[in-house]
Amino acid sequence: MNGVPLVAYLGLGLFMFTCGVVGVIIRRNPIVIFMCIELMLNAVNLTFLAFARYMPAKMIAPGVGPLHSATMSGQMMVIFVMAVAAAEVAVGLGIIMAIFRLRNNVDIDEMNLLRG
Amino acid sequence: MNTSQLNIPDTVFFAVLAGIAALAAIGVVAFPNAVRSALCLVVNFFMLAFLYFTLNCEMLGITQIVVYTGAIMVLFLFVIMLLNLGSPQAFFERRDLKWIGGGLFGLGLLVVVGSQVLPPLLKFTQVRAEATFGSPQSVGLSLFSDYLYPFEIVSVLLLIGIVGSILLAKRRIE
Amino acid sequence: MGWYHHLNPVLQDVLNALGRVLLFLVPVLLLVPGCIWWERRFLSWMQDRIGPNRVGTLPKNAKWLPGFLRGRSFFGLLQPIADGVKLFIKEDITPATIDRAIYFFAPAVALFPAFALGGVMPWGPYRNLTPIADVNVGVLYMLAVSSLGVYGIVLAGYASNNKYSLMGGLRSSAQLISYELAMGMSLACIVLANASLKLTDMVDAQMQPLWGAVPFLQNWFILTPFGFVSACVFLICMVAETNRAPFDLPEAENELIAGYHTEYSSMKFAVFFMGEYAAMFVFSGVFATVFLGGWNPLPIRWATIGAPGVQHFVELTAPIWFLLKCAIGITVYIWIRATLPRLRYDQLMALGWKSLLPLATGNFIVVALWIMATRLYGAGAGWGVSVLALILVFGIYKAFLQGPKAKNELVRRQVRLVDPARSTAALAKPEPEAPAL
Repeated sequence: MNGVPLVAYLGLGLFMFTCGVVGVIIRRNPIVIFMCIELMLNAVNLTFLAFARYMPAKMIAPGVGPLHSATMSGQMMVIFVMAVAAAEVAVGLGIIMAIFRLRNNVDIDEMNLLRG
Repeated sequence: MNTSQLNIPDTVFFAVLAGIAALAAIGVVAFPNAVRSALCLVVNFFMLAFLYFTLNCEMLGITQIVVYTGAIMVLFLFVIMLLNLGSPQAFFERRDLKWIGGGLFGLGLLVVVGSQVLPPLLKFTQVRAEATFGSPQSVGLSLFSDYLYPFEIVSVLLLIGIVGSILLAKRRIE
Repeated sequence: MGWYHHLNPVLQDVLNALGRVLLFLVPVLLLVPGCIWWERRFLSWMQDRIGPNRVGTLPKNAKWLPGFLRGRSFFGLLQPIADGVKLFIKEDITPATIDRAIYFFAPAVALFPAFALGGVMPWGPYRNLTPIADVNVGVLYMLAVSSLGVYGIVLAGYASNNKYSLMGGLRSSAQLISYELAMGMSLACIVLANASLKLTDMVDAQMQPLWGAVPFLQNWFILTPFGFVSACVFLICMVAETNRAPFDLPEAENELIAGYHTEYSSMKFAVFFMGEYAAMFVFSGVFATVFLGGWNPLPIRWATIGAPGVQHFVELTAPIWFLLKCAIGITVYIWIRATLPRLRYDQLMALGWKSLLPLATGNFIVVALWIMATRLYGAGAGWGVSVLALILVFGIYKAFLQGPKAKNELVRRQVRLVDPARSTAALAKPEPEAPAL
């Protein structure tokens, strides 16, 4: 894949990120909101990988090291994002299940116990 | 952008993958049914994995399928269905003014960020990384040398996540 | 082939790939009915029945047949065709309250991973014919594709809009997630020992001298100590991943009335059925590739014992040996089904999480120790350390995971009709009447 410019990947990433933001704003189901967060994380992952491959020279901070380690940093970030997302999903879904067991309802607009 | 650099089969392939991914992303937000949203997200993650392959990141692409579609999304579906089994009415979602406001906000975000960030990057069309930069060997070498400490910290984080989710899911013993 | 060379190189690649896909898919599709026939015959033989033996009998007084063929039955070999015709012309019932799109989509999703799994599996030494794609993440690809198998079942269960189907889908997703971990761990041991994720590399490594010391035997991974443990774990996980007995809880007919495919009839049911058998077939092939030396029939290095002709013959007939191994794998599947009763749900989870996963993880550490010891002190020390470490792992496993605590758990779940302690006490002195509740 040599013919596709960097901007194409970034544009797709931006679009997916926007979809995630909009979903978090307008949906009420906490599970769907969670999925929208995953969508945003993945948009960022795509951006990381696109930059890692095309790697504009200005993006390399001075002192990071040779070309190779600078290319790898993008991929490493993606691995860490994936791991953090997995941990987040395990805990988050556990919380949603606990809330559901407590209130038998998962509408996010009605979770206002702390409103006082 | 120099049109002579455009490679027609590659561009068409990218356009198809990106188009499906974008449609699926819209589907995640727009379907009122949570299971449909989850399925759209699965499709989106799949297309992202293929896009990672087109970026020569085969290790991360396959990890994307294993971690996201193979584990995380199955977990999502599992929880949705478990809650659905408990009370099928729990997922009725009203549509109101928030949809219009949210849509307008999203459009604004897209236009502002797109117009400010993307144009200066238009000139980058050349691939700079070597072809094997996404192979399991190079990813593993990097992960276990330069990034060893973050790797260990993330593994501890995952352990904490496991313990936390077990604590949350456990029924309280009276 | 002149026209071929005039094509665009991209098109040439596409055509090549299509050819390789057909070379893999057509045999699998053709052999699935054979699997079904073999399962029915073999199962009936094990259960002391006759099984289907009538379809395909030649007419008794047909003049056009030679005498020795008249009235001959061929073990019911045409039974699968009859089954197929039956499934085709049965009434196709679509329930009214289903989730329509997902309902029709689910069987296709269930069929996909079974076939996609073969994408990296080499069935012979011919590099331009097989595997379909020799990617450098082959083992991970297999794990990824096999983890997609859960979607077909979960979606079918959800779309049927039926409580029992949904339960079947839920059970299946929990089961597949649990066993995938142990499966990934057992494959990781082999990857660590082999230092490559490519399956072709794996087959090549298994053609080296056994344990690096016996020059006339091949180093099949099942013959190494840690490879044997891995193979046992993988075999159990493989049965669980294909939802076969004794792990067929998602479709337990006496609890869930066939679970996720209750609402599927006719061809849609046949697609699920075909997916199951194709998955069995391909998983057997994966097992053969990873642990049993791929397409090599016997772990003997013919070239070193002075018979290079045999080696050439083996390479020429490689697909036959590979198919034979797949057939043996399917026979083992049927054998297991005929032997073991279905597990209870808590037993299933305990086996996956408390037995297989710790064993596979311990095995992984053993492989790491083996590599370290081999590098530091030579091959002999490596094998000694690995055997000792495996014995240690088994000891720990026995002491902690099957020790007194686990036994207590088993006893607590036993159904006791008469409490022995109480009954002896009752015999000694009559108990006062319990107050009415």
